[in-house]
Amino acid sequence: MTTTTLAALVPLLPFLGALAGLAVGRTAPGFVRPLAIIPTLTAAVLAVIVAVRQGGGRAIDAATQLTPTGSVPIDLALHLDGFAVLVAVLVAVVATCVQLYSTAYLRDDARYPSYAALVSLFTSAMLLVVYSGDLMVLLVGWEVMGICSYFLVGHYWETPEARAASLKAFLVTKLGDVPFLVGLFALAADTGSFRITKILAAVGTGGLDHPTLIALLLLAGVAGKSAQFPLHTWLPDAMAGPTPVSALIHAATMVAAGIYFVARLLPVFAASGAALVVLAVMAAVTMIGSGLAALAQDDIKRVLAYSTIGQLGYMSGALAVGDRGAAVFHLISHGAFKAVLFLAAGVVIHAAGTNSLAAMSRMGGLARRIPDAYWTMTVALLALAAIPPFAGFFSKEAVLVAAEHTALGDRTVAPAAAGWTILIAGLLAAVLTAAYAVRLWLLAFRGRGAEVPDHGRQPVAMTSVLWILAVPTIGLGLTAGAIGDWFDGHALTPSLTTAVLSTGVGLVGGLVTYGAWRHTTALAARNPIGAVVAHPGAEPALVEAEAMTSHTAVYGTIADASDPADPGRLLLGPLHRHAVTGFHLDVLYTALFVRPVQGAARLVRFLDREVVDTYVNGSGAVTRLLGTAVRRAQTGNVQTYAGALLAGSLVLAIAAVVFANVNAGS
Amino acid sequence: MTLHTAPPVFIAAAGDHPGFLSPSGVEIAFLLVGLATLGAAVITVTTKQLVHAALWLVVALGGLAVEYLLLTAEFIAWVQVLIYVGSIVVLLLFGLMLTRAPIGRSPDADSGNRWVALGVAAATAAALVWVVADAFRTTWIELDGPAQGSTEVTGAFLFRNWVLPFEALSVLLLAALVGAIVLSRRRDTDTTVRPGTNGTAKEEQS
Amino acid sequence: MHLAYPAVLAALLFSVGLYGVLARRNAILVLMSVELMLNAVNLNLVAFDVWLRDTLHSGQALTLFTIAIAAAEIGIGLAIVLAVYRNRGSSDIDRLRDTAETDEAETLPDDAEADNAELPHGGGNKDDGNDENSGKTKKAEATT
Repeated sequence: MTTTTLAALVPLLPFLGALAGLAVGRTAPGFVRPLAIIPTLTAAVLAVIVAVRQGGGRAIDAATQLTPTGSVPIDLALHLDGFAVLVAVLVAVVATCVQLYSTAYLRDDARYPSYAALVSLFTSAMLLVVYSGDLMVLLVGWEVMGICSYFLVGHYWETPEARAASLKAFLVTKLGDVPFLVGLFALAADTGSFRITKILAAVGTGGLDHPTLIALLLLAGVAGKSAQFPLHTWLPDAMAGPTPVSALIHAATMVAAGIYFVARLLPVFAASGAALVVLAVMAAVTMIGSGLAALAQDDIKRVLAYSTIGQLGYMSGALAVGDRGAAVFHLISHGAFKAVLFLAAGVVIHAAGTNSLAAMSRMGGLARRIPDAYWTMTVALLALAAIPPFAGFFSKEAVLVAAEHTALGDRTVAPAAAGWTILIAGLLAAVLTAAYAVRLWLLAFRGRGAEVPDHGRQPVAMTSVLWILAVPTIGLGLTAGAIGDWFDGHALTPSLTTAVLSTGVGLVGGLVTYGAWRHTTALAARNPIGAVVAHPGAEPALVEAEAMTSHTAVYGTIADASDPADPGRLLLGPLHRHAVTGFHLDVLYTALFVRPVQGAARLVRFLDREVVDTYVNGSGAVTRLLGTAVRRAQTGNVQTYAGALLAGSLVLAIAAVVFANVNAGS
Repeated sequence: MTLHTAPPVFIAAAGDHPGFLSPSGVEIAFLLVGLATLGAAVITVTTKQLVHAALWLVVALGGLAVEYLLLTAEFIAWVQVLIYVGSIVVLLLFGLMLTRAPIGRSPDADSGNRWVALGVAAATAAALVWVVADAFRTTWIELDGPAQGSTEVTGAFLFRNWVLPFEALSVLLLAALVGAIVLSRRRDTDTTVRPGTNGTAKEEQS
Repeated sequence: MHLAYPAVLAALLFSVGLYGVLARRNAILVLMSVELMLNAVNLNLVAFDVWLRDTLHSGQALTLFTIAIAAAEIGIGLAIVLAVYRNRGSSDIDRLRDTAETDEAETLPDDAEADNAELPHGGGNKDDGNDENSGKTKKAEATT
């Protein structure tokens, strides 16, 4: 089979798997698990084959037009370059791992068939986005992801948190998608095509009339999907979904789509220096803000969610300095270690019976109960903190190197201001990243207190995927020299200055956090806190759902625990209060958008009930009244009827005579 | 207002006839009999004694027969006497008796619809009389010459020109005969109310 | 003779008949009024026939036909009145109001009639006073 055919099969197989899973899910439950895993696994294998065949060489383009679609044609197009094939491998592998993990994590879930089908559909949509060479087809995958995330985040829809989170995720990403769509149309209007190759060619010859406007419109959609400030607020709340879904959204699909989209169309953004500066500022605010917020969160998954936002900020930063190779490199390595982190967090929550770090810090021996999760999570946290020689170090270095070169004027793709912004923000964020990674690790695995009850070994399906994903987490960085050839061709190897600098600040952040922890951990014993859910035999998803519900019930909020033993509280000081709530952005949005919309809705309801309905009811009442009046005429008396009939015909006859004579006389 | 219905042939002759103020003998007779007929008709529809209504109807129909005679339609006049006065009124009297109509004054001979009926009838009369009088106030009927409705003439035109409708009419009469028999036949299973209670009650009241 | 005399007489007779049709309660009196209306038409036909000197004598021929049809009509009409009278015990046409629109749309026509109309045979039937003195029930009584 040709590479093109194989590439077409990659998004198609999970899609068919999703359809089949939905069709037979109820009638033949035995087929659900094979239908969930095999298409995704096959897609992963095919994606690897496509990647090997493509080999980082010239981009493979293939297109077919189903039907003429007006002035701007829409093609079913594939655009396979180094970015596409490698991201596709990441997506397919992570999705396969998530599917495997879910078979154990949601083993007794009544809604598992639809869940697995939606995950397959999600994967398929992301693969479509990755491979598509046509922006309209890309948009299809983009929007399918939006609706899939809505359903998957709301998987535990019995809990109010999940319902609110799924609605929020959908609405916020749609808020970005509206300008995104307008931007796509503007782009197509300027360049006369939706094909990426033609757009890039047109941009290359200066055919773009409104680069800044288009870039900013597209950035709104990217900010929504990739959870960049100020549209990032849905992502922490999306933790109300099952852990594998979080892993899928954060590592491979949803949030990666925005970064990947900018990477594909980077020349469009690079055509506008203003757009790059906006992107850089966006990335900087996102990195630092999310780092501070992550340091204050109590829910282990929310910590990881804010860390995702921060790492996405790094990728946006790399794009802001015009280095898409670094961005996608970080995307891939982040995908690997963030998948490990989330899937391991799922194991931790199951074993500990809580998602609260405060509660975990008061139980001992968690690391001994779940050695697989302990070791893989440690490795992944090191990668997250960018400690050599793990993957995160190399990819983050690539970003920082690109920023440094831009700042110092060695690269001229982006303004130097963008470079300085990214470099400084990146180093600050590195401190914060290391700090919250260390805090997470210390609180989760170095707790002191009662021994964690033994729930038996974790399922193999859950632990094995951790080790599978740990391999790229450890080893991907070693490909830093070679992987540049798959992208834009320049090397992505670290430079000495930034390596020392970032590792140094990372170590400082980690050590300070350790010191703070040593200082505060004595307080833990004096402040008993936390609630634990215990379902030794039940599926992990049930434990997680109950843990999330009880978190709100015990601590009063999903984000915070009033735990004086938290090192983050000491480190952040007065900032902690604000960081917990994500710097009050939700409150701000509530005041700015939610309240006015609700007020408008109340107004509309009032108008509908009191004003419009008055007319509707009035017309009904008048009709009834007339009907009652007319009914009186139905006396049943033939003579009345005949009298009325004759009177009427008399009037008609007189009228006819009069008119005949009036006409005859005239 | 003028209605243009008068045939032009007679407009020429319209000049040489006497006016309303110098009526001929036939006209006076027609007018008197017409007044009697109209009066009898009015009594027919207003009297409270049901049997009297039938008898006044005889007067009205007889008066009409005289009018036919005055219009030289002899055959029709005798047919009117024979069929209407002779059979139809008798039939109506039978009907009154079979339905045990009260003899004597019955206070509820008129329905509550009376005033509406009076209004409609008065309006109809006004409209018709107005139109008719306006259209034909100068039209003159020439009654001299051979009688136009003698038996001989009638027989000639009836069986020369109208024989097919005449025969069709005989079928209609047969159908009506059969229909009347079927409708009024007492079925064996159809045991009915004894209307006697009603009739006797009314008679006792009267 | 002026044509106006028979024409006006016919119009007045017609109106009188019309009044009778609309105002009389007894069905047989209504039939009489119908006869008056028919006769008014006949008078018109004869008068115009004489005036026009029609060679076919359509007016007189139609008058004859009308008389014959009136005879047939009166026969059928009386038969119907008799049938109604036998079933309902009354030949008052303003009491035959089964098709009247009532407030109780669900009630059966017979019951509605029993509610609405004071039945004419009021004093005679000892079972009167309840709602079941409708035609069908009375038929059933008559069989016993």
